[in-house]
Amino acid sequence: MSMPAQLPAARFWRLPLWGRLAPALKWVLRGLILGVLAFFIFGPLMNMLLWTVAEKWYFPHALPLQYGLSHWENVFAPRGGALESLHNSLLVAVLTVVVSLALAIPAGYALARLNLPMRGLILLAFLIPQAFPSLTVYVNIARIFYEIRLNGTIPGVVLVHVSHGLVYAVWIATAAFAAVESELEQAARCAGAGRLRAFADVTLPLAAPGLMASAIFVFLESLDEFTGSYFVGAPDVPMLPLLLYTAGAGGNYQVASITALLLLIPSVLFMLVVERFLKADVLSRVGR
Amino acid sequence: MQPDTFLELDGIACGYGKTRVLDDIDLAVGRGEFVALLGSSGCGKTTLLRVLAGLVSPSAGKVMLRGEDVTDMPPDRRGVSMVFQSYALWPHMTVAQNIGYGLRLRGVTKAERAARVDAIQSMLGLDGLGERKPSALSGGQRQRVALGRALAVDPEILLLDEPLSNLDVRIRLSVRHELRALQRRLGITAVHVTHDREEAMVMADRVVILNAGRIVQQGSPEEVYNRPASAFVAAFMGAENVVQLAGAPVGGRFAIAAGPANGEGSVPLAGRRLGAGAVEARFRPEAARIDEAGEPADDGGFAFHGEVVAVSYPGGHWRHTIRVGETEILADAGRAFPPGARVAVHVAPDALFLFDRPDIRPPVAQVSRQNSPIPAGKVPA
Repeated sequence: MSMPAQLPAARFWRLPLWGRLAPALKWVLRGLILGVLAFFIFGPLMNMLLWTVAEKWYFPHALPLQYGLSHWENVFAPRGGALESLHNSLLVAVLTVVVSLALAIPAGYALARLNLPMRGLILLAFLIPQAFPSLTVYVNIARIFYEIRLNGTIPGVVLVHVSHGLVYAVWIATAAFAAVESELEQAARCAGAGRLRAFADVTLPLAAPGLMASAIFVFLESLDEFTGSYFVGAPDVPMLPLLLYTAGAGGNYQVASITALLLLIPSVLFMLVVERFLKADVLSRVGR
Repeated sequence: MQPDTFLELDGIACGYGKTRVLDDIDLAVGRGEFVALLGSSGCGKTTLLRVLAGLVSPSAGKVMLRGEDVTDMPPDRRGVSMVFQSYALWPHMTVAQNIGYGLRLRGVTKAERAARVDAIQSMLGLDGLGERKPSALSGGQRQRVALGRALAVDPEILLLDEPLSNLDVRIRLSVRHELRALQRRLGITAVHVTHDREEAMVMADRVVILNAGRIVQQGSPEEVYNRPASAFVAAFMGAENVVQLAGAPVGGRFAIAAGPANGEGSVPLAGRRLGAGAVEARFRPEAARIDEAGEPADDGGFAFHGEVVAVSYPGGHWRHTIRVGETEILADAGRAFPPGARVAVHVAPDALFLFDRPDIRPPVAQVSRQNSPIPAGKVPA
């Protein structure tokens, strides 16, 4: 660590004292900054992890007094409802992704490729659900869904989540398609591919990383969406965020922490995938 | 026009919004012919190629292919291969997949496809690169993959959109000849878009010069080089020296009156219609011969009198800037004349191109723009 790898040993020792110390100092500083950063990120997470295995923990003790897994058993017991909530949350998230992409792929392609009039306005329209306080929006949606018997059903919750996630899906899909040079598609047409074939063979595979990223955003948004799930889903469709809210409000930090952990795992996994898939050239075209 | 017309454009017009890109284009290409569309950037040559490919729909006119109207036929049904300037290789496919894509669409079996791709690869010197992605290739290799992809489907028509412009100068020169030889060997009809005069001349059977969305002249390379139909074509073909002269047509020749900076002379009309009065004369620096002033012209040809302003050595010959009356011209000579020397610049009668003087000065070659007033040349092709 003290000697940069790119310097051969002989040259390194001929450097003046400062030249020899500077790289080491840089490493120390870098280590300190990363350490502080890690503390702020992982500190709260550690706290949460400790809560999931704490049987007894009260002020002024810095660490739990007694460890155990009894709360895990409670959460995953049939009457705990965690498994059902987890199942519902994942099902809704997956369905939301499917519906959003089914809408976003044609919409994004049209917005990116065709010279649509009022393109900017259309893109902006997808922001409208976010433009108003979500309580106002969802209370009204709940009232309408109640009348058409969508309240308290999985499709109802999926629809609410789609209205919320579509802005990510369409904007990112538009950027992803715009990032594919249209000459690549034209080359496929000249090679003898029809419109659909050229789309399937060239445009779609090249836009796939961007679409993947938009799917992941929608998935994560759906997973921790609370307000809409509460007004449209509860109490017939229990979901993880609702469980977390109930446990947290009841002062049961153990159950709240375990639920939070369940929500965290897919988020972390998917962020790693996003980081791999979402390229700068796609990001730079979002919203254009 | 051609004995075996294969591809025909009839009154093609095209525009984006209010801009006219192409206007009244008539062009016939024979089977196996190599036609170069030559023009400066923005003249509409690439748009014309895209009309042929079916990627751009003309606003008027017809595209005929094998005697069939294909104006509204989508590109995938025309059987026309195209090499893009950007090459447009599919980055998610390997070289072999890129080349074999057209065959895959045509339902060629896997084994047959592999054999054909191998043959194309070895023909173009791409052996052993089949499994690479385009991003792992050099510019020259990419160009050959793009060409291979276009050739793999055995096209009757090959459209080339400045395929050589992204290559190094040295590679470009050899690829010119390879491409031309290949086209002859395979008997493909080719339409090649370029802004490079020499490239068009070296490669093509027929050069079609476009300016501001119109065909201004077409003919064999010698024809357009030696008998430019308009001042624009002359300038584009390198005759950049411009001198204003006066005279009148006499018989089959145009008699030039002696002026303050030029002697008498006459130039064959060669089908050009010139009125009496002021004309514009154009010639190439290399068509001139420089003598000391006062020396009698040995061939009795036409001479300008002037003074050397500057001299430089671009290689092979000395290039002189000579002041003739109000204007400056360039002239080449085998030996250097010092600045300040009084000289006579001789130009052979058939190398001096005369044109009726346009109201506005014609554009300088290479920087021609849309608003050029020069009318389309009437040249039998």
